[in-house]
Amino acid sequence: MRREVLARLLIILLLSAAIGIPAVAWGKRSQEIVVHARMAETGGWAPENLTVPVGEPLHLRLTSDDVMHGFAVGQSDQPPVDVIPGEMTDVTLVFDQPGKYTFYCTRWCSVNHWRMRGTIEVTGPTTTTETVKPPLYVTLGLDIDTQHQADVIPAQKPSALRGALLQQSLPSVYLNREYYLTHTPLELWKALRGEQTLQKFSDQDIWDLAAWVWQLNTTPQALSEGQQLFEANCAACHGEKGSGNGVFADQLAQPDTENQTDMQMGEKTTRPVDFTDPVAMLSASPAHLQGKIIRGGMGTGMPYWGPIFTEEQTWALVAYLWTFQFEMEVKP
Amino acid sequence: MKSLQEIPWLDQAAANENQGLLHPRRIVPWRLNLYRIPWLRPLIESRWPQFLVRSLTLAGFVFTIATGLSGSIVGSHNFAIIFVWIAWWSALKLVFIPLGGRSWCSICPIPLPGDWLQQGGILSKGRGLGLNLHWPKRLKGSWLQSSAFLLIGLFSALTLTAPRVTGWVFVALFGLAIGLSLVFEKRAFCSYICPIGGFSGIYAQTAPVELRVIDKEICAKHGDKSCYHACPWGLYPVALRDSAACGLCMECLRACPKDNLALNLRPFGTDIGKARTANRLDSVRSLDASFLALVMLGSALAFTAVFVGPWGWLKSAAFAIGSLRWVGYAAAFLGLNLILLPGLFSLAVWSDRQSSKVRLPLKQEIANQSQALLPLGLFAWIAFTVSFALPKLGYVPGVLNDPLGWGWKLLGAGYTFWSPDVSGFSSVLQIILLLIGLFWSANVAWRLADSDYRRAGPIMAFCLAFSLGMLWLLIG
Repeated sequence: MRREVLARLLIILLLSAAIGIPAVAWGKRSQEIVVHARMAETGGWAPENLTVPVGEPLHLRLTSDDVMHGFAVGQSDQPPVDVIPGEMTDVTLVFDQPGKYTFYCTRWCSVNHWRMRGTIEVTGPTTTTETVKPPLYVTLGLDIDTQHQADVIPAQKPSALRGALLQQSLPSVYLNREYYLTHTPLELWKALRGEQTLQKFSDQDIWDLAAWVWQLNTTPQALSEGQQLFEANCAACHGEKGSGNGVFADQLAQPDTENQTDMQMGEKTTRPVDFTDPVAMLSASPAHLQGKIIRGGMGTGMPYWGPIFTEEQTWALVAYLWTFQFEMEVKP
Repeated sequence: MKSLQEIPWLDQAAANENQGLLHPRRIVPWRLNLYRIPWLRPLIESRWPQFLVRSLTLAGFVFTIATGLSGSIVGSHNFAIIFVWIAWWSALKLVFIPLGGRSWCSICPIPLPGDWLQQGGILSKGRGLGLNLHWPKRLKGSWLQSSAFLLIGLFSALTLTAPRVTGWVFVALFGLAIGLSLVFEKRAFCSYICPIGGFSGIYAQTAPVELRVIDKEICAKHGDKSCYHACPWGLYPVALRDSAACGLCMECLRACPKDNLALNLRPFGTDIGKARTANRLDSVRSLDASFLALVMLGSALAFTAVFVGPWGWLKSAAFAIGSLRWVGYAAAFLGLNLILLPGLFSLAVWSDRQSSKVRLPLKQEIANQSQALLPLGLFAWIAFTVSFALPKLGYVPGVLNDPLGWGWKLLGAGYTFWSPDVSGFSSVLQIILLLIGLFWSANVAWRLADSDYRRAGPIMAFCLAFSLGMLWLLIG
């Protein structure tokens, strides 16, 4: 009889351990925020809405349930981290301004990669009374969804370097930043073509001058930053060379109608824009491109980057997009 | 598998004994009785060592269910997936079955709660629960085990990779085992349902371990049949002709008052290679065992194609359960196992029978000749395991470090996964393994055909074709 009691005790003890250890761990686990990353098609981030008081650390344990993802918070200096299947990546965030922040995936995990976004609500008394400035395209009343086509395009890729050699003949009215932001290269070319002092220059010379004006409004550092942003965030669809043939381009051009998730999301996507096409690009202004970037493509599959890029980053990216049209100096 | 009442020759045996017709007690050659080894005997005789191991496997089984259901959903980081489908599977296929036959059954935790309920105690017997009904005659044999294995094959891609599914499958197996033990007598789940028991059983006939009566004369004189009453499987050791049904639980050794039972080491493949005549066929082997042997061959091909083969579309078809592609995979899988292999094998046996002088019924020939499939099947599974599980053994310390995939560091902070590189030698090893299986099978076929090459030819050709198919899938 003693043996039987002993045997039963042993079984009870071992089974309690076998169930208890995972149960205790499960209980402890809930005290930390474990954020699971999945491809957008299968749910994206979970949880996707986080709240933290201003100034208090937010401890996150990030893990992926499928493929490798990345984690970054929009409009912050926090370097992106990788989120690896089955592994935990610990991240601690502290926000010193209340507001709504967007966190997002930084790895091209699927065609809906950009949909992997979540928000962090940072609560607390607002310390600054800074009002939100509307973006430039709104102030200008620009309709960024209209078709735009350049009726004149250069014979060869305009070069800022060649333009620089002709610069002394340029009227200073074209050199201020306001002009650059609000005009298309085509508008500049037409204006310059109309200038009496520039009659002696060929059409290509005028394009070179326009390229030089465009380069004047950026810096090699900004172009380099823009390149990094482009390669991390845009090249998946627009292609590394900007020609609209990124790895997801074909899927966007022919959305898989059998794929339920696409239909559920009500999405009709189009082929990504080709930045090497002068007809479209030369008839767009920096304000127009900035608008597209921060607002997104509305029904084309182009995501909105407003909550993610800072204004400085957006302009750097816009400046970089022009390198697909103009020979400009990009800091390696 | 028969219970005592069903063994037709038993009464006859006693009568023979009275007439002095049984063979006198003799030392069987090529056997080493482990139960007579002084240091080993107490370890087997006492129930405690086995009970301790089983209580650990039971705790491990429950822990596996808990981690499967609550841990990381990433298979390679979940204890349940890695321990069951990599560590346990490798151990089963590389050690337990080839060297010990049904030795895993002797420490398997799944039937334990049912046993305890039936006997009303863990080590002692009290008032048990359950209806103790006889298992329905129609469901006897290994047909259900074959079906269970086919079912596993249909859903294998998901079961073997998704911890939640593994967890729920185990809950279902556990529940089924307990439920059946409350309704039916003895180990109904193990004997008739468990697919692992099924293939452990057929391959146990090749293994170098057996449990046998030493002297049948003594048993015939012994009226109590203590061994039969002690056997949780409902077997009568005197009736054991091969090792397919015996779960090596050792209860009969403990129960026998005459010390007339032996746990023998024996040469490999002792149970196979002997043609059985009509009146002996009824004992164990019938078409159900042949079908199981063929299902094991077909599943080895299918598992290798899905898990080791280079075809991504096949993997995703096997994974996309319920989709049209999966239906295609399922149809191909079932077609291979239910039509193609049985058809080819029957054809081989038929043409073998054409050149035989003594023509047994085809059904019986199939049952006999299917013995030749056992060594090949066993080695095909070993070869599959070498390429499937060995490269992933590196995950084992990883899941010990973090069994639930929640970022624990039980073995230390800087633990990284390592993966043994078996690519260099594994293809050579696989060729060697398949060759051993093929030659062994050919040898069995040769003996079954009374050394007549015209008779053995078709079966050998079948085995050769299977080996080539397997080799192509493994090495390509």
